[in-house]
Amino acid sequence: MESMQWVPVADRGSLPLREGKRVIYQNYEIALFNLGNEYLAIDNHCPHKQGPLADGIVSGKSVFCPLHNWKIDLKTGCALSGGEGQVKVYPVKVIQEKICVDFKNSKLCTPSTAPSAIPSAKETE
Amino acid sequence: MKPKHLIVVGNGMAGMACVDQILQQKPNFRITVFSEEPYYNYNRILLSSVLAGEKSIEDIYINTEEWYKKNNITVHLGTKIIDIDALNKTVETDKGNAFSYDLLLLATGSNPFIPPIEGVRKKGVYVFRNMADTHGILEHCKSAKKAVVIGGGLLGLEAARGLLNQGQQVTVVHIMDRLMDVQLDTVGGQFLKREIEKLGIEVLLNKNTNRIMGEDSVEGVLFKDGSIVPADIVVIACGIRPNVELAKKADLKINRGIVVNDFLETSDPSIFAIGECVEHREKVYGLVAPLYEQGKVLAATITGNKGSIYEGSTLATKLKVMGIELFSAGDFKDGEPEKEVISYQDHAFGVYKKVVVHQERVIGTILIGDSSDANRFLEMIRKQDRVGDKRHRLLFDVPPAVPGSPTDVMSRPDTDTICGCIGVSKGQIVTAIRENALKTVSEVKACTKASSGCGTCACLVGDILKAVVGAEFQEEKKEVLCACVPFAKTKLRTMIQTQKLKTVQDILDIYGNSTGCSFCKPALSFLVDEVWMGEHKEDRSARYINDRVHANIQKDGTFSVIPRMKGGVTTPNELRKIADAAEKYNVKMVKVTGSQRIDLLGVKKEDLPKMWADLGMNSGHAYAKAVRMVKSCVGTDFCRYGTQNSIETGIKLETLLEGLYTPGKVKMGVVGCPRNCAEATVKDIGLVGIEGGWQVVIGGGAGKIVRAADILITVKTTEEALEAALLFFQYYRENGEYLERTYDFVVRVGLETIRRETVLASDEIKKGLLDRLAKAKSKAVDPWKTESEKNIHPLQFSELVLPKEAEALIGSL
Repeated sequence: MESMQWVPVADRGSLPLREGKRVIYQNYEIALFNLGNEYLAIDNHCPHKQGPLADGIVSGKSVFCPLHNWKIDLKTGCALSGGEGQVKVYPVKVIQEKICVDFKNSKLCTPSTAPSAIPSAKETE
Repeated sequence: MKPKHLIVVGNGMAGMACVDQILQQKPNFRITVFSEEPYYNYNRILLSSVLAGEKSIEDIYINTEEWYKKNNITVHLGTKIIDIDALNKTVETDKGNAFSYDLLLLATGSNPFIPPIEGVRKKGVYVFRNMADTHGILEHCKSAKKAVVIGGGLLGLEAARGLLNQGQQVTVVHIMDRLMDVQLDTVGGQFLKREIEKLGIEVLLNKNTNRIMGEDSVEGVLFKDGSIVPADIVVIACGIRPNVELAKKADLKINRGIVVNDFLETSDPSIFAIGECVEHREKVYGLVAPLYEQGKVLAATITGNKGSIYEGSTLATKLKVMGIELFSAGDFKDGEPEKEVISYQDHAFGVYKKVVVHQERVIGTILIGDSSDANRFLEMIRKQDRVGDKRHRLLFDVPPAVPGSPTDVMSRPDTDTICGCIGVSKGQIVTAIRENALKTVSEVKACTKASSGCGTCACLVGDILKAVVGAEFQEEKKEVLCACVPFAKTKLRTMIQTQKLKTVQDILDIYGNSTGCSFCKPALSFLVDEVWMGEHKEDRSARYINDRVHANIQKDGTFSVIPRMKGGVTTPNELRKIADAAEKYNVKMVKVTGSQRIDLLGVKKEDLPKMWADLGMNSGHAYAKAVRMVKSCVGTDFCRYGTQNSIETGIKLETLLEGLYTPGKVKMGVVGCPRNCAEATVKDIGLVGIEGGWQVVIGGGAGKIVRAADILITVKTTEEALEAALLFFQYYRENGEYLERTYDFVVRVGLETIRRETVLASDEIKKGLLDRLAKAKSKAVDPWKTESEKNIHPLQFSELVLPKEAEALIGSL
């Protein structure tokens, strides 16, 4: 595994609660979510029709795509309803009051290993 | 074998409920019923609804002539039994006929108690007990203006409500220091008094009536303290006394009522008694629930299946007076050191909840303003379970189990009562579901009568049904809002109101699964907004993206912008601004919509506020469940066929409703003649101009469903037409299910109901609708104006675009 490369994205507390924000960096376009006690990041494009997941409604630790209501797990990136598919998840960590994302070390989990495949994206603070 | 002859004296609720139970045992009986009143069996409780004008007499019959015929019951209407010869087993009627019996059932009910007041025989003085009294009062109201009700108990307040509805100025006088002193404590009495007074009823306490004044007819009431209240009509409702006259002739044992044992047998082995006329374990009941419980036991006893016993009933009163819910049960008196009182008082909302705990068990309760917990407390009182760790949320409902998870109702014993009104056990419901292959709650209701009383147990019945039939369970139409927050919309609306819930997250945390979903979050946002009309805390995370940024998201993640263009009328200046904005922000397409407006497609989220500012036009709400537009034809201003000014009226209607949110989108149309050029008859609300007036039409649609609108009302003036449209609009706002379009709403609720509750409703109800609409309208702001000036959140319209060379903090920090 490559070493972690934390890129500061936003100030802690600057994101609206239980909402997502689109983050664009180099060739990456991700959706960063503020769940109150943690931040989670996934690819911004829904596996269905590339809908902007950052604009979805958050439900617990998942998000509903605003285009056709697929439900995506923010921890694993797997579709929970709507159809089958998954998006990459990105490690997030708060460092010195900055929300930082490691764009290089994203994971794409297979649905069968979904629940336990992503230990690194869990704790942020 | 010759059938036994059962004579029933009394054709009221108790007697016939028992006969109904007896018939279910299919005994070899010949049944004869004597009714002093010249009517078939009716629901005496609902006489107050007849007095209030809510129900007609036909509505309250329980059993019709056919029922008696079908069951071979001989019934003598208008025939009073005046004597019993218990030795020879015969009864004698007031017409001089004698009938012999093998078994005699006394269901003689009770008589109104008339206190020793001078002048009670005067014209205009009534008791309120039966159909004849109700007729008399209704007739007298036609020439009266000022009514006095003597007695501030259950019946007195019901009478007062009825009289108020009959246009009387009503005063309730009560001898005690609080209303409903049998069912309420001092605090509860004060709450109720305040609520009753809000309705416009005057309440006088500690008033001992001395004399009814007047010559032949009543003119006023004089009290012992010397004060006088003028009156054209007086209704005495000072309680009831068991009717035991006839029982005395049979030498039965009598105290306050006819004494019966646990089998409902009297002191004569051939004579039985039931209902308000009996005294069981030194208690006399004046409520309906015990009648059903007694009826079951007596039916078993009288048909020779003696076994089950009646152990008395927990006294519970549930009352609803013009929206004031009230419930009391058990021993709710405080003041004794070993009793603990847990209570909650909200004066602004008129909510009072009190639970009395004794040795870790709930023994009594009073609920005013919100009786949604009535069944829960009643069950706790009946079962005498320890409160234990439930205590810290005793006063407020624990969220029910989410469908799919194990429900606790199935772990209850089969003998547990589910429906307290009718007395249906869990076991009976399960058996009925299995034997009759029932699949919906209404089928269970039709088959077992469970939840046909007050209806509060419908949720429990649903849980049982789900557990028994599993996947075959069929949802009733929109029983609960969402699995995340499993309450009906109407119930949620009340909870939001009474408990002052002002954020979506609070509702989800307290009553739901705390996460919510893409359906219920926007639905709750709408409800909170509709109830609080701007006094709530807006939580944008619970809104759909369209409502967060006031534009319609497109398939590529860009947005469309449609400015408001009232009535489809615009100006060269507006068109110029639209053209400039379209070029400045590189919109991908400019499109004329089907709603007579202009759509600018392909706008980036971050450009939205700037574009709105440049346009200087109001939001067209084309992205929201809200008032969309009023489409209009050119009308009398230009058209050679026009009969009405459709443009002016359309703009007026759109101005009146602009900025209001609704359960589903509301599209409207106004046309100047029946040629219908702006398609008003396929709109949610339409005004169709006709010669000399307007047709106001509702529930039309030309989307997923094509439906011609129904005519709500035809009126003469534009003002009347607009008012009718507004009444329906607010009615839909308050009663529509979330995402339910008017074409479904009108079908579900029914045109007649909608008419009755809007355009044909009383002035008071109409004013209520219009006032609430006006209040909401006064709080409505144009989101494009307010949020282009000041964002809800600094990042509301932003994306986070990082420089390519953003510094990476390498390594193990």
